[in-house]
Amino acid sequence: MKPILEIKKLYKTYHTKKCEIEALKNINFEVYEGDFIGIVGPSGCGKSTLLSIIGNLESITKGTVKKDKNLKIGYMLQDDCLFPWLTIYENCLLGLKINKICNKENIDNVKKLLSTYGLKDFMNNYPNDLSGGMRQRAALIRTLAIKPDILLLDEPFSALDYYTRLSVSNDVLDIIRKEKKTLIIVTHDISEAISMCKKIIVLSKRPSTIKNIYNINYKEDRENPIKNRSSREFMNYYEKIWEDLTNEK
Amino acid sequence: MKSEEYKKYLKRIKRDNLLVLFTQILIIVIFFVVWQILADKKIINTFLVSSPSKVLDTIVDLMKQNNLWKHIFATLYEIVISFILGNVIGIVFASILWFSKFLSRVFEPFLTILNSLPKVALGPLIIVWAGANTKSIIIMALLISAIISVINIHNAFKVTDPNKIKIVRTMGGSKLQVFTKVVIPSNILPIIESFKINVSMCFVGVIMGELLVSKEGIGYLIMYGSQVFNMNLVITGVILLVILTIILYYVVYYIEKISKR
Repeated sequence: MKPILEIKKLYKTYHTKKCEIEALKNINFEVYEGDFIGIVGPSGCGKSTLLSIIGNLESITKGTVKKDKNLKIGYMLQDDCLFPWLTIYENCLLGLKINKICNKENIDNVKKLLSTYGLKDFMNNYPNDLSGGMRQRAALIRTLAIKPDILLLDEPFSALDYYTRLSVSNDVLDIIRKEKKTLIIVTHDISEAISMCKKIIVLSKRPSTIKNIYNINYKEDRENPIKNRSSREFMNYYEKIWEDLTNEK
Repeated sequence: MKSEEYKKYLKRIKRDNLLVLFTQILIIVIFFVVWQILADKKIINTFLVSSPSKVLDTIVDLMKQNNLWKHIFATLYEIVISFILGNVIGIVFASILWFSKFLSRVFEPFLTILNSLPKVALGPLIIVWAGANTKSIIIMALLISAIISVINIHNAFKVTDPNKIKIVRTMGGSKLQVFTKVVIPSNILPIIESFKINVSMCFVGVIMGELLVSKEGIGYLIMYGSQVFNMNLVITGVILLVILTIILYYVVYYIEKISKR
């Protein structure tokens, strides 16, 4: 199988007036269709930078990011970033309008997504009327509206309280799986990554290099991140990754 | 179905509001009544401070001479024109500065200095350049209102939520799309806020201009009155200004209310 995204010898350096910051150093990995990849690492290590580079928001200092020209990317941020002056429905159409692909097929797709994921009755409400979890779901539908091949999630749940966070991550993962998308998620929460992802990339402190890549396998075929948390494998991975992160040299 | 407590609560709020309004009106009435009584009893010198009845007489006189509305409309016209132009200039320049970081860095210190400069000092210059007419009054008002609105609107644009901008960029949005889809809609309230400030700034500018040059308008009435030592006319002018301010304030207030919906 050919990877849909290939990162080779990637370096990223920031320049400020005072100094030069080496954020990423020699990053290499591949992403295949249907992958669920989690990127974890100490705070400020350049996780989000890596995501921004993949999402074409930042330039590369050295190296290559090889991807298909038509690869469509969907992005979700920590804050749901729904526009309070637009209704949920209008918010979900944002990407279509920006890309000028607001045709009937795409609009129907958005409507379908809204009704499948329980937001049909709130279509004409404004974001402020919705709960945190619903808003996050709406943000995901907005991202899915442009039919992306790969989803980039940058700490998407960290603004939510613990309970909402668990149930929303469950929801979101379910949707992404049903829509058969590829996922890269950046998080500082190791347990979130282990419970959700099939592959975890552990980054070191700045300048970040890849410390380890784990393929996450559960004995039982578990798709529910909350259930995954109670398995023995979960604890094993947790200990290993924790050690990676704490034994910085 | 509203509970009894809730009804009581609503009633209390309504009563409180009415009480505030009533007290406000009372203060105004007392002010005028006391003023009139003091004038009638000759405790104050009506030649210097006039009296409500004399103000009323002056207004009636002005109306008889077909002058009242002429002066009010002259001032109103100047205010409206400079208000519209000031806002247009404010929004256009703030947008240009938002689009170009370079221009914004170049012009920021100039704007700050121009803003702190007392514009009345430029009055004589403007009169020489533009002539002693309505044009220089409007330029005067624009100098005062436009600069502050460029600064205010640009400052609001600058602090637009970067995450919302990022979302549009991740969707492949251009800078123009970021501007129309995020920057403008998320700054509607600051823009209206700047309209509000602009009303008073235009007022100051127009009256200042009228005091300096005009042949008509409320500022002219005040200036003329003071020159011929007709304090009735001066105070009438001031009271007309107060009424005009109240009206304009409510116009903007309702625009704000509608836009918040």
